[in-house]
Amino acid sequence: MKIRDAVLCLWRLFARPSVHFSLGFLTLGGFIAGVVFWGGFNTALEATNKEAFCISCHEMRDNPYEELKQTIHFTNRSGVRASCPDCHVPHQWTDKIARKMQASKEVWGKIFGTIDTREKFLDKRRELAEHEWARLKSNNSLECRNCHSADSMDITKQNPRAAKMHETYLFTGQNTCIDCHKGIAHHLPDMQGIEPGWSMKTSQK
Amino acid sequence: MKTRFLIAALALLAGIPALTIGVTSGVVAADKHVVMADATGTVGGIKVPSTNHPITADVPAEATHREITDDQKRVRNYADQPPLIPHAIRDYQIDLNINKCLTCHDRRNTAGSQAPMLSVTHFQDRDGQTLGTVAARRYFCTQCHVPQTDAQPIVPNSFQDFDSVLGHAQGGQK
Repeated sequence: MKIRDAVLCLWRLFARPSVHFSLGFLTLGGFIAGVVFWGGFNTALEATNKEAFCISCHEMRDNPYEELKQTIHFTNRSGVRASCPDCHVPHQWTDKIARKMQASKEVWGKIFGTIDTREKFLDKRRELAEHEWARLKSNNSLECRNCHSADSMDITKQNPRAAKMHETYLFTGQNTCIDCHKGIAHHLPDMQGIEPGWSMKTSQK
Repeated sequence: MKTRFLIAALALLAGIPALTIGVTSGVVAADKHVVMADATGTVGGIKVPSTNHPITADVPAEATHREITDDQKRVRNYADQPPLIPHAIRDYQIDLNINKCLTCHDRRNTAGSQAPMLSVTHFQDRDGQTLGTVAARRYFCTQCHVPQTDAQPIVPNSFQDFDSVLGHAQGGQK
């Protein structure tokens, strides 16, 4: 009953017209507070969208980040680098918010130490990888295509082998990037039972 | 008594040249030591001569060689030579979890990849038993197969092809 009374009291306060503050103060104050809140929210969101934030946890710094450092997405001839959020967070705002809400599970994992040792990480790696494969499959490899679009791909500059594969599977829409390009930025888990993109489709024909 | 003093004096006289030579040679030796100290340096706590010695010479590193990744098969110099890899293999993972090479070159995957299947010799274990799939001892591809680079031979090489030794390099007929 006490809780109900408290809630009712709050509601009355909320619903009653203002006695002490002017309408202008409330509107302007509300507007300014809104700007501050929105700016703060987006700044905080952007702060969590940086490589430095990702590798501030030892789980990420010692495992996936160490593996990324070896790969072509980290160091290459042209000096373009893809950092964690480039591939793991959508760039569009609504998609980004959706992903950030999903990521609350990762906060849970951090608090309870789900992968806080190398062994735990390796045991869980297949599951974690499957989540990422499923995500990229369902959004048609959106994060890959932020940089690598099929439209701007000049297949005459590719090796004949790569060109043929892209013509057969990518341009026809049969496959998406992640079907063939798994484990390009991190080590792969035990791949038992997972066929490469090219064998899967040919066996279905 | 007198003779004793005489002998002592004579001995001292005889010793003068030896003493002077000893002192001067000591000075020379000290000079030489100074010269030696100039010519040595220390590398990792070990004294080495610092002038014109290959250990201490500062030689610029050679340029790294580029891999040839044109997808063209290259002729083998002898029948048993493991064929070279004509494509990039950077970041190819070959471990307990996955063998990236086999995702194309394995028997089951060649239809989709159109890559050459690894030969059946790879299916034999060390007892000569042919297994259903690649034998454990042949699993690590890069132990034998390497990418070709544009590096030139470091030393001259007089290797001759089997056919040219037999004198019928042109298709076995001559």
